[in-house]
Amino acid sequence: MTAATRADIAAGGSGFRSARRRVSAALFRRGWLRATLLLSPPGAWFVLIYLAALAILFVSAFWTVDAFTGNVVHSWTLENFKTIVTSPTYRTIAARTIGIAAAVTVTDALLAIPFAYFAARLAPRRLQTILFVIVLVPLWTSYLVRVYSWRLILAQNGILNWTLDKIGLGSVNIAYSNWAMWIVFSYLWLPFMILPVWVAFERVPGSLLEASADLGARGATTFRRVLLPLVLPGVVAGSIFTFSLTLGDFITPTLVGGAGSDFIGNVVYSNVGIANNVPFAAAFATIPLLVMGVYLLLARRMGAFEAL
Amino acid sequence: MEGTTRLSRVVLAVWCALIVLFLLFPIALIVLYAFNSSNVQSWPLPGLSTKWFSSTFSNAEMRSALWLSVRAALIATTIAIVLGSMAAFAVHRFRFFGRETVSFLLVLPLALPGIITGMALNSFFSWGGVALSLTTIVIGHATFCIVTVYNNALARLRRTQTSLVEASMDLGADGWQTFRHVTLPMVATALVAGGLLAFALSFDEVIVTTFTAGAQNTLPLWIFGNIRLGQQLPQVNVVVLMVIVVTIVPVTLAQRLTRDTGVLRPTAGAR
Repeated sequence: MTAATRADIAAGGSGFRSARRRVSAALFRRGWLRATLLLSPPGAWFVLIYLAALAILFVSAFWTVDAFTGNVVHSWTLENFKTIVTSPTYRTIAARTIGIAAAVTVTDALLAIPFAYFAARLAPRRLQTILFVIVLVPLWTSYLVRVYSWRLILAQNGILNWTLDKIGLGSVNIAYSNWAMWIVFSYLWLPFMILPVWVAFERVPGSLLEASADLGARGATTFRRVLLPLVLPGVVAGSIFTFSLTLGDFITPTLVGGAGSDFIGNVVYSNVGIANNVPFAAAFATIPLLVMGVYLLLARRMGAFEAL
Repeated sequence: MEGTTRLSRVVLAVWCALIVLFLLFPIALIVLYAFNSSNVQSWPLPGLSTKWFSSTFSNAEMRSALWLSVRAALIATTIAIVLGSMAAFAVHRFRFFGRETVSFLLVLPLALPGIITGMALNSFFSWGGVALSLTTIVIGHATFCIVTVYNNALARLRRTQTSLVEASMDLGADGWQTFRHVTLPMVATALVAGGLLAFALSFDEVIVTTFTAGAQNTLPLWIFGNIRLGQQLPQVNVVVLMVIVVTIVPVTLAQRLTRDTGVLRPTAGAR
């Protein structure tokens, strides 16, 4: 390498360097420019793909499919919504979906409150850490795997009936039924209820409980009249997950539900795939969207968003 | 303690133990089923064996599904790390109009039911005439994976001190050098953790994927199809064990990398 080329490289290097310095100084002085440059790629992704997709979903709910050609007809109509409201089948499916979502939410709240109370306020530190990990393990184990496991547990020749038989209780026939869906959904979303309720119990100041005791309330009264109202926002926050996740599911009804256990999600799924009626699927998918919208508004009023 | 009687404490402890059993039992059971020697999935297991492992790994359908899942998860994770960290840097450093809207928008794919996201992307692709392929799977996954990286990076950035950045600038480093030698090392582990969680989330996703995969099978779709039709269940059991390991390992690593911020608390839901 000659001295000349070395000098060239050095000069080129420092030229590059000063240019870089000028660019970075310019960017540093203009914060808005840097923010724009940083935000445009993720912003574009969300606006051009995700929001555009949601908009098309909403618009296509008002389109129809030509019965003969199977092509989507781009003319505005409320036909899809009329079908959903007037057909008893679809009304039953919507009622079943919302009903089971509500039942699962109540069940999870009842299971989670005593657990979270114990974990947050009575358990020693070390046990708290262990319980926390135990709650997280199912959350990060594959969803499909957990549903599959319950399919094996509840099956006619599964471990549940084997155990019941061993302790002399005969057997139950709840595989592939609404009962099975209720149990499995309650299992799947329980950690989502436990975590916000746990946090809510942790946040209650001990002085309030002492005050209640000083004023003559017994343990049960304090729990009911002081603790429960204070953790209610946490319960509502958890219920957003248990309710929303059940509402949008179709895998669990397919795998552990029976023949007559279709959810809104199943109808949507089969209309996208087999029946090829995307506008109708889109119209039916707006029901969980609307229900969740109303639910979130109510939840915000009850202060659930601060508890998240 | 807190006015609770001894009896109520015992009752609560028993309740707690039952919930722990309820949470862990199905996972322990499914691990056991991978070693079922029979091809009938009933209880009690007639015997334990590892004989299904080799036939599972030589199953061509399973291997191509696994390969598709790994590719989709790797690409989606890469996109998520780039876009998620950019959004986190912008939201952390600058106050601008619509900042709250940005953070709300990013969390939306996790807050809405998966079927809405899946349906929306499906009608978007069919409206735009885009054939369903690996690309469409990746687009779906990246959309909800961006949030996990964003949440992790932002949580870490909020704990770091801007004085370090200012000190670096005062000592004569330019913007790029400061980013390279000060900011990046501070957030690196949070980015890796976010990426690991994104990988686990993508590798496991089934609802959005059913709407964006078309005729192809990712590993969860292969599992779902076989369980539904009751086919190849011994192989499914082995794959299920593998999926548990493949998702738990990155999550555990992520937990170790982000002890300080504890971002494993799934603030906005895990799916």
